[in-house]
Amino acid sequence: MASDKVMAMRDAVARFVHDGDTVVIEGFTHLICFAAGHEIIRQGRRDLTLARLTPDLIYDQMIAAGCARKLVFSWAGNPGVGSLHAFRRAIEGRRAEAALEIEEYSHFGMVARFAAGAARLPFWPLRNYMGTDLPRANPRIKTVTCPYTGEALATVPALNPSVTIVHAQRADAAGNTQMWGLVGVQKEAAFASQRVIVVVEELVPEEVIRSDPNRTVIPSMIVSAVVVEPWGAHPSYAQGYYDRDNDFYVAWENVSRDPDHLKRYLDDFVYGVPDRAAYLAKQPQVTRLKAKERWCAGVNYGY
Amino acid sequence: MAAVAARELRDGEVVFVGIGLPNLACNLARGTHAPRLALIYESGAVGAVPERLPVSIGDPALVTGSLMVCGMADVFQLFLQNGRIEVGFLGGAQVDRYGNINTTVIGPYDRPTVRLPGSGGAAEIAVHARRTLIVAQLNPRAFPERVNFVTSPGHRYAGRTRRELGMPGAGPVKVITDKAVLEGDEVSGEMVLAGLYPGVTVDEVQAGVGWPLARRERLEAVAPPTATELRVLRNVLDPKGLFLKKQSDGKTE
Repeated sequence: MASDKVMAMRDAVARFVHDGDTVVIEGFTHLICFAAGHEIIRQGRRDLTLARLTPDLIYDQMIAAGCARKLVFSWAGNPGVGSLHAFRRAIEGRRAEAALEIEEYSHFGMVARFAAGAARLPFWPLRNYMGTDLPRANPRIKTVTCPYTGEALATVPALNPSVTIVHAQRADAAGNTQMWGLVGVQKEAAFASQRVIVVVEELVPEEVIRSDPNRTVIPSMIVSAVVVEPWGAHPSYAQGYYDRDNDFYVAWENVSRDPDHLKRYLDDFVYGVPDRAAYLAKQPQVTRLKAKERWCAGVNYGY
Repeated sequence: MAAVAARELRDGEVVFVGIGLPNLACNLARGTHAPRLALIYESGAVGAVPERLPVSIGDPALVTGSLMVCGMADVFQLFLQNGRIEVGFLGGAQVDRYGNINTTVIGPYDRPTVRLPGSGGAAEIAVHARRTLIVAQLNPRAFPERVNFVTSPGHRYAGRTRRELGMPGAGPVKVITDKAVLEGDEVSGEMVLAGLYPGVTVDEVQAGVGWPLARRERLEAVAPPTATELRVLRNVLDPKGLFLKKQSDGKTE
């Protein structure tokens, strides 16, 4: 039965995220699964290769917590605010965080890596990187001569994560997953991955999925686990459910700048709570972010 | 700066928007002379009409009411690499003599003094957009003769031109600063002085640039923001002063 995929976050992480794994928690600003990141920290995973276009606050927290051996990325900042300071300390050799290996691309490069991984190709060609220092910084960016035109094209290697964690608005018990709003590279990352955990705001009956199949981004056949975790993306957001907690992103600048302050944050909001429900109970003010209603017109699927 | 940048955008153009000042400039243009400007964000929002000033490039307000939302593979392959983007906006910690931009590291790559965020979508925007506009505050640290790291290519790399390197776009046509406007010279590829803000001298601009700055024969007098531009910026786009607060002397506008 497919419904045995539905499980608590604790069980999903215990079963499907292992020490040494390449872990992708995707979502471009939208639908970043902080709940999964926090559970990985609580379970003390080590030596992870963390990959994402934008490491964002969640990987800054996981780096600070000592989960990461390596970071694969294309833009490591706090969007609209400033720096990820745990990341910076690790790279700039200031000692609060252990040294971190990095492998760096641009967004297009990372997207292309997931596309290759999803298509089970060894690499992906792109017209890019000429006149930049990125290939010198990262020797895995190479070139290939097009067999049809002779043009030199850049290539990036496939990225096939051990596990990809995708947050979404809704799924059925089998893992057919629907999302709307900004969808980033979640589809490619999920198809590229050996295992997929989907984390949703709402579990819905299969007929809800079937009523609007064009909105399904991830099909059940690639899903290992379904976790129901309302507000699981906070301080990121879920379109139609809750807004981004921009105040938290601004506040992170000062939290992450000070290693002791960052440690206190992790003690209070990650190690100090057993699960997402307890995290939310500590900060009832997040309900101010609940989304307003803007419904779409709907379409006729009849024939 | 936002007003000067906004004037570079023509009605009906397709522009790839970054957050912060480029976002202000694009929405100012849309609210004044270019109502049909098509805003595309790398997050996947196409034809966005944000009802609030987006704090991040993935703000939910970019989705609500937009013409299309697509995945990022489509943004980079079907829009950017396809050649559909007419204008790309770029900023950076360092901009050099040839308009190369560094947003990666200050100091050596393996042991940086300051680790910056990296490329994001900037490298490919610099390669593919038919023309790019750079926005940056003028000071010698931000305008060295050579950047520490070329994240986003300008007009010359290791002595080779964009055409020789096979880049489709025209590269940085202008650098809009808080004191002056520089332009990419068609022959030398250097960024040269093209316009001065009111009350700014050539010497002041030279003092903010780390190479001997060539200049156009006739320098444009950059007009200060109009009353309409200021009204849209302050009352409509950024009423809380999120982006404009730091420049109370009016230079941002």
